[in-house]
Amino acid sequence: MPDYLLTTSPQMAKRHKRHTRFQWYGRIAIAVSISFMLLMFVAIFTRGAGAFQKTMIGVDVEFAESVIDPQGTRAEMTLKQGNYKPLILAGLQEVIPGATDRRARNDLYKLVSGGAAFDLGERVAAKPNMIGTTQRVWIAASSEVDLYIKGKIDGDSDEAVRRLKDQDIAWINQLKNEGRVKKKFNRVFFTSGDSRAPEMAGILSAALGSFFSLLVCFLIAFPLGILTAVYLEEYARKTRLTNLIEVNINNLAAVPSIVFGLLGLAVFLNFFNLPRSTPLVGGMVLALMTLPTIIIASRSILRSIPQSTRDAAMGLGASKTQTTFHHVVPLAMPGMLTGTILGMARALGETAPLLMIGMVAFIVDVPKGITDVATSLPVQIFLWADSPEKGFVELTSAAIMVLLVFLVLMNLFAVYLRRRLERRW
Amino acid sequence: MTNDTAAQSEALAPIMTARGVDVFYGKKQAIKKVSLDIPENQITALIGPSGCGKSTFLRCFNRMNDTIESCRVTGDIQFAGQDIYDQKVDVVALRSRIGMVFQKANPFPKSIFDNVAYGPRIHSLSESKEHLEDIVITSLRRAGLYDEVSDRLNEPGTSLSGGQQQRLCIARAIAVDPQIILMDEPCSALDPIATAIIENLMDSMKEKYTIVIVTHSMQQAARVSQQTAFFHLGELVESGDTETIFTNPAQERTQNYISGRIG
Amino acid sequence: MPSSRDFTLRRSNRRNQIKEYVIQAVLIACSFVAIFTTIGIVASLAFEAFNFFKKIPLTEFLFGLEWSPQTALRSDQVGASGKFGVLPLLSGTLLISFIAMCVATPLGILSAVYLAEFAKPKTRNLIKPMLELLAGIPTVVYGFFAALVVAPIIRGMGSGAGFQISSESALAAGLVMGIMLVPFISSLSDDVINAVPQALRDASYGMGATETETITKVVLPAATPGIIGSLLLAISRAIGETMIVVMAAGLAANLTANPFEAVTTMTVQIVTLLTGDQEFDSAKTLAAFAIALFLLVLTLGLNIIALRIVDKYKQKYA
Repeated sequence: MPDYLLTTSPQMAKRHKRHTRFQWYGRIAIAVSISFMLLMFVAIFTRGAGAFQKTMIGVDVEFAESVIDPQGTRAEMTLKQGNYKPLILAGLQEVIPGATDRRARNDLYKLVSGGAAFDLGERVAAKPNMIGTTQRVWIAASSEVDLYIKGKIDGDSDEAVRRLKDQDIAWINQLKNEGRVKKKFNRVFFTSGDSRAPEMAGILSAALGSFFSLLVCFLIAFPLGILTAVYLEEYARKTRLTNLIEVNINNLAAVPSIVFGLLGLAVFLNFFNLPRSTPLVGGMVLALMTLPTIIIASRSILRSIPQSTRDAAMGLGASKTQTTFHHVVPLAMPGMLTGTILGMARALGETAPLLMIGMVAFIVDVPKGITDVATSLPVQIFLWADSPEKGFVELTSAAIMVLLVFLVLMNLFAVYLRRRLERRW
Repeated sequence: MTNDTAAQSEALAPIMTARGVDVFYGKKQAIKKVSLDIPENQITALIGPSGCGKSTFLRCFNRMNDTIESCRVTGDIQFAGQDIYDQKVDVVALRSRIGMVFQKANPFPKSIFDNVAYGPRIHSLSESKEHLEDIVITSLRRAGLYDEVSDRLNEPGTSLSGGQQQRLCIARAIAVDPQIILMDEPCSALDPIATAIIENLMDSMKEKYTIVIVTHSMQQAARVSQQTAFFHLGELVESGDTETIFTNPAQERTQNYISGRIG
Repeated sequence: MPSSRDFTLRRSNRRNQIKEYVIQAVLIACSFVAIFTTIGIVASLAFEAFNFFKKIPLTEFLFGLEWSPQTALRSDQVGASGKFGVLPLLSGTLLISFIAMCVATPLGILSAVYLAEFAKPKTRNLIKPMLELLAGIPTVVYGFFAALVVAPIIRGMGSGAGFQISSESALAAGLVMGIMLVPFISSLSDDVINAVPQALRDASYGMGATETETITKVVLPAATPGIIGSLLLAISRAIGETMIVVMAAGLAANLTANPFEAVTTMTVQIVTLLTGDQEFDSAKTLAAFAIALFLLVLTLGLNIIALRIVDKYKQKYA
């Protein structure tokens, strides 16, 4: 009975092979997407990891009173603004005596950060009794030196294409041989604002800008979002108006983020004359952008609250409002918070709308409130990515790492809240 | 007639045999040590109260239970002398020999023609376009549907009425030219008229096919089948000649079910 | 005893009632914010765009083949202001979106099919969040990666093969954007595929079809409308995406279909026109609003069609 044979025929084998192949297509598709993501993380992390350390140069500085504070007033301003450059240079020349002519001195001084003198002034102002002593102080190296020490500039490459010349490298090696070069944790990166010099630039002002923007965003979007959701789910009857609101919300969720930026520019800045480049306006724009996400998420949470909860409250004679706000909303709260946090995580990564309202500025000072001029983490990343100095590549990558850490934390918090919600039912 | 068929069924070698079949869903046992013979070119009805495992058992015959992750089948089921759970058996081949019609008509969202042509196409059964058309028309004829749809073969299968859809599904199963057709409560969603049409159809189909039908309607089992197996709580309580089961059952549980005291 | 109890069913407490009304009014006011946002967006874009079209005729904007706003000298010199033809921007946007969709469509749909039909629950629970992670990464990160890593690789491969690829090629931006879009397509397609009734799969398996035959011949055809909806949503995303193109695509408004050349997009031009010093009334700034209006119409149109298709599909298998 050949008809009844149940074993695999050659034709069936071909079909099974096609099935195996098709399954592999799926696996490959997933592998491509995920390995792309991993590649991206690896590329960014390997570039950015170095930024958490910076190179310091040990210089024996003679804190001569005649240079720093000739009048002997010890006034803070005098100490801060003292002329430290020759002191540092003298310290460097002790190690590298050859650099005597004007050009060589200039080149030598370029090994240390342009902010080194200012930094010394701060230190002396904090500890005036340093004056009159000679101490080895560790001062920040320039970005080029930093990159060389980290192995990101190849000393054997063609001298014409790098800013660090052979002589500079010889000097650095000399310093290094005397144990005057070391790497330490890059505190500046976390404690200062933007700077034109990579070794002095930090993310603090951008991070605070992001924080203030998100704060404004949360204060606006969270109440508006959940109250809208409550209205649409618990109160509204199906009318043309509520239908319009619903369609409207769904479509708002798909409006490109840059358009929200234009709305902010035209309405908040030009019409209401709110202060430009501030977290206040940034937060408002982000709030309008996040609103649809929060509403949609909150509505689905409210819908998942069992009807019996409402019936029970109503059955005891509670009014609509009592039922909603005493029984339904508290149950839905963790879920609605989860949705809000996920929406805010998206807002944290948003760049384009903030560019439109001028939060794309060179901000050195740390913003102290929502009406101070500020930028935000992703905008800072954008600005640094655009900078020609090689040192900023490292900083950009490191800033991305910080941004991703914040995003992960927010998502973990959301997951934690969701877990708590799940335990309830 | 009944005596004749009884004699016949003993004379014929069963086309399918099940011996000591257990089915588990995860840890739960749904079928316990069932042994049953399915005689060729007859209609065998599996009856019993809902949840008794008759559908689960039916789905063992063409290994449809394979598609359920947690489901495990042990024991021995043979089709034409081959263990269908053998490693060497290809489910594709098995299911092309043993077709299935489901509880709810499930035509593909394609035209009537493409629904019936689906099987012949995937199994490459036709040599030419004309041959394929021939298969489709013959199958629709055998399912008693051709006259009703001959002028609209390109309309979607879902545009038909419920009874027509179910006959379309039967035609679709026939088109692969199987030996056995498994029917899982094929009429449960249909009105009495559509049910009667399908029952008549089954009667004419048994000339060419062996049919195993699961039904919760005892009347239907009595009307269409020659063999009946009564399931209760995952066990096969009794099986045999339909006439005997309905008039003179050996087991008390069968008696109770037939008379309407359980189920 | 009976007299001490009040069985009246009249509304007893007027204050409570007023409270209910007030709360309801507040709730309604909140839900109007979404509407006002839309009105605000449309009104502000339309208003500024209208001012723009007073300076530059609509036909020149829509059908002009050249885009060079930088030549605008003074805002009051109408004739002397630059060329404001949106077509090169549109073509650049579409070229990059097309490249992105060429990457995202197969990856997204195949991933969705694998997750929905083949993957074990454990694998699925691991892979699905990882894919969705792609959607959570800020686009500025993709842009940085595209400009820093992908563009040089592509250029290197081009010069290896002996032809010139611009360092701001449409290809680099498109490829990276394509990866970003994968989760948008895969998660919606996954839902859509899961919504195809099991009965259809059973019917196909019952006839001896392999899983692949069942998917390609039954499940995917049944899910097609929903999948098309997800693709349209992804296209709408691609058109409105800003940071990847700002960082990885160029500023040169080339009217070309060559993926190795630099092109610019509508969003890039909006950013360029509106960052830095700006006088608000110049044609240059107003042009940004006209482009944005165009962009909004395009994305909203796609979105509305997509949601319609998906809704219809959902009703079919509800």
